Amino acid sequence: MNISGRAASVGAWIREHRGWATIVVVAALLVLVLVPLRLSPYSQSVLVDMLQYALLALGLNVVVGFAGLLDLGYVAFYAIGNYAFAIVTAGTFSKALYFGAGTHLPPVPVWHDWMWLLLLVGLVAAMVAGVVLGAPTLRLRGDYLAIVTLGFGEIVRIAARNFDSITVGPRGITSIPHPELHLFGLHYSFGLDPRPYYYLLLVLCALMIGVVTRLNRSRIGRAWVAIREDELAAAAMGVPTVRMKLWAFAIGASTAGVAGVVNASRVNFVSPDGFTLLTSIFILSMVVLGGMGNVWGAIVGAAVIVVVPEVIRSAVPSFQQYRFLVFGAVLVIVMIFRPQGLIPSRRRAMELESADAIL
Amino acid sequence: MIALGYTMVYGVLQLINFAHSEVFMVGTFAGLYALKAMASGPEGGIVLAGVVGTAMLAAMGASALTALGLERIAYRPLRNRGAPRLSYLISAIGASLFLQNLLFVLTPIGGPAPRPYPNVMVRRTAFTVLGYSVSNQQLLIVATMIAMYLALDRFVMASHTGRGIRAVAEDPETAGMMGVNIKRIVVVTFLVGGLMAGAAGSLYGIYFGQARFDIGFIPGIKAFTAAVLGGIGNIRGALLGGLLLGLLENLGVTCIRSDWQDVIAFLVLVAVLMFRPSGLLGEAVRG
Repeated sequence: MNISGRAASVGAWIREHRGWATIVVVAALLVLVLVPLRLSPYSQSVLVDMLQYALLALGLNVVVGFAGLLDLGYVAFYAIGNYAFAIVTAGTFSKALYFGAGTHLPPVPVWHDWMWLLLLVGLVAAMVAGVVLGAPTLRLRGDYLAIVTLGFGEIVRIAARNFDSITVGPRGITSIPHPELHLFGLHYSFGLDPRPYYYLLLVLCALMIGVVTRLNRSRIGRAWVAIREDELAAAAMGVPTVRMKLWAFAIGASTAGVAGVVNASRVNFVSPDGFTLLTSIFILSMVVLGGMGNVWGAIVGAAVIVVVPEVIRSAVPSFQQYRFLVFGAVLVIVMIFRPQGLIPSRRRAMELESADAIL
Repeated sequence: MIALGYTMVYGVLQLINFAHSEVFMVGTFAGLYALKAMASGPEGGIVLAGVVGTAMLAAMGASALTALGLERIAYRPLRNRGAPRLSYLISAIGASLFLQNLLFVLTPIGGPAPRPYPNVMVRRTAFTVLGYSVSNQQLLIVATMIAMYLALDRFVMASHTGRGIRAVAEDPETAGMMGVNIKRIVVVTFLVGGLMAGAAGSLYGIYFGQARFDIGFIPGIKAFTAAVLGGIGNIRGALLGGLLLGLLENLGVTCIRSDWQDVIAFLVLVAVLMFRPSGLLGEAVRG
């Protein structure tokens, strides 16, 4: 009650003081753009991590927050984006085709010019995977879906481990090239510096925020709300539920695919160990903590969950091993005391506080 | 046997208890320390039976306590509020992660490395059927499973509380109106599920000879698959599903590489959910 009231008053304030609101937004943007220039490389890379997870959380938020589908194998799509980029650029695929596995060749140079197209390749690959997984399973009830997606995540990881000829198995793919920019005669190589990735991810996140907020207010967004609240009623009113859920899945998956491509090009290395269930839960806890169904909640969740442990770790080095203990507790505590998260979506808060009872 | 625990909790709450695999894991550890406290080397005869039996009881107790704690902390506040399904799932995952890492962090008990079980029951061939040898450990597992199954079947079908469980599973609202104490039934269900998981955990430990913080994950998934395969909420179904899944896996491994063994369970799960979501023997606690 008071939450929705507060949110409403913020909205009213923005409407009344349009000029001030613009200044605040511009100032925030300036801070976002300028901040990394003043930080140490370590803090910069933490920020890049944060943005990358924010992108992932935005994607998962579409699936879990908007459509209300619990996806525990979200990391699989991220993995697919990573591997799509790695396999093409590091040339393991062409090597496997022409020379047999294990042949040592330098990375295929021609792909450097096509790097940005590969962002699309990762996107499409993950989206296709999302639809392939979603088409049969989205007919299932919520908790079955959770466990099937969990299984899918594991299958992708095991597949990456076992298809030695293409994915180099558990050793992972190394020597993935950094992106390069050739635009209007301007040549720029990304290299190891975290800053260009920061700006790239900033743009991608902004893009995603735009797309997602618009989607949420569109016909599809309203269909998602209907499905989330009462699937049976939605279907009865003529909402094509499976198709709408597939859209949510595909959008979430393709976001993870893009994030995967950026990650692979940034760290130059992918291996199956990076894509465990823990990563899925890690992203899920961002969405939950921030506030399911709220775009800004996903960002704040990502910021809190990436940055706070880093800060604590720099003070107490042994914190690292307690991380997941704390995350687990956070998930339970948030669900008990504040199911709407830190920044609640107004509509979602109402649902979570008094929805239909199970018992 | 873990499948039995899943099926119980699911049947009553219509909920997957994601933290069930951690209840199992706690049982494995409890069994380990109970065995360690009582015996250091191989034992035989009556002593062996006593030691293994006590360890199993200890494991069942510990698991049941864990299950009750879970119900109290991660489930009941949500149920009192009438939260949507999604909240339960997330809360259960959180609890599961928490328990797992608790054992990971508590190095005197768990820690990152596997803890070996004391070699109390030396594996040897008990008898041979059609050229396949059956070890004494396998015999113990099968015997316990049958005993557990019979006890559970009787409990659910014949006892007063069992009737309450079935009533709540079928229609909680009506059951409540008819004077069934739903809160108590839910607690009892978690308790029974915990007992089963504990027994399974200690047997698993004796058979595979170790306990580790993440030991619950794969058996958990497989048990869930077994429960779904047989028809979730159906006790006989869980037993049948478990047997079938075990067979399928072992057949599958002979056809393809053993690296893929864990994938088989998932594929079976997806296939069952797609083609016969009510399982082989149908849903609902029937017995």
